[in-house]
Amino acid sequence: MKILRWIIGFILFAGLLILNLTIKIPMFLRIINPLLLSCFLCLYRIIKGPTPADRVVGIDILGILIIGFCALFASFTKMNFFIDIGIAWALQSFISTIALAKFLEGRSFDE
Amino acid sequence: MNETIGYVFIILGLTFDFLGCLGLVRLPDLYNRLQASTKCVTFGTCGIMFGIFFLHGFTACGIKALLCAIFLLLTAPVSAHAIARAAHLRGFKLWEKSVCDKYADDQKTM
Repeated sequence: MKILRWIIGFILFAGLLILNLTIKIPMFLRIINPLLLSCFLCLYRIIKGPTPADRVVGIDILGILIIGFCALFASFTKMNFFIDIGIAWALQSFISTIALAKFLEGRSFDE
Repeated sequence: MNETIGYVFIILGLTFDFLGCLGLVRLPDLYNRLQASTKCVTFGTCGIMFGIFFLHGFTACGIKALLCAIFLLLTAPVSAHAIARAAHLRGFKLWEKSVCDKYADDQKTM
């Protein structure tokens, strides 16, 4: 039963990879698509996560993925201000993760 | 030549991002998930940033990408360590097949 699940997952991801490489879209969208799939996996963990700490980890990784998305968007569309948005997002993601970790530990914010 | 190196870095970064998020879904425990998903920061997004730096060279976009990569390399392990410490102090359980827990032993002896 476990081997069957591995085979189904492998066929699914190989199909998605072949579809991504053969469909007629620009090169930029071909690079963006795996990041979007990764974002959906993170959203699954944020919605379903059994403990609150899992949700905090999911939010952290989602922010990191969006920084890479902003950098790729700035690189491929020649709009250079998007990478500034990425830097600002990195700063705010770090601050919010530290605050959420402190809140998770059981202390209040102004301590 | 620089474009080839840049695209190789970007594709390696995308692969690491995807595998890190797959580990975030598949692994059984909070600490295992954290260990898998921090890899997706330190080589995934930083690989994308280094690829953009190789694509653009020493222009405004490339320098900003390099700056963002250095900032991510400095701050992401700090935030991951803060989450793990807070979760351990709050008392979230490890997986039942975990082998050792050095942090709890240290807290007992101190």
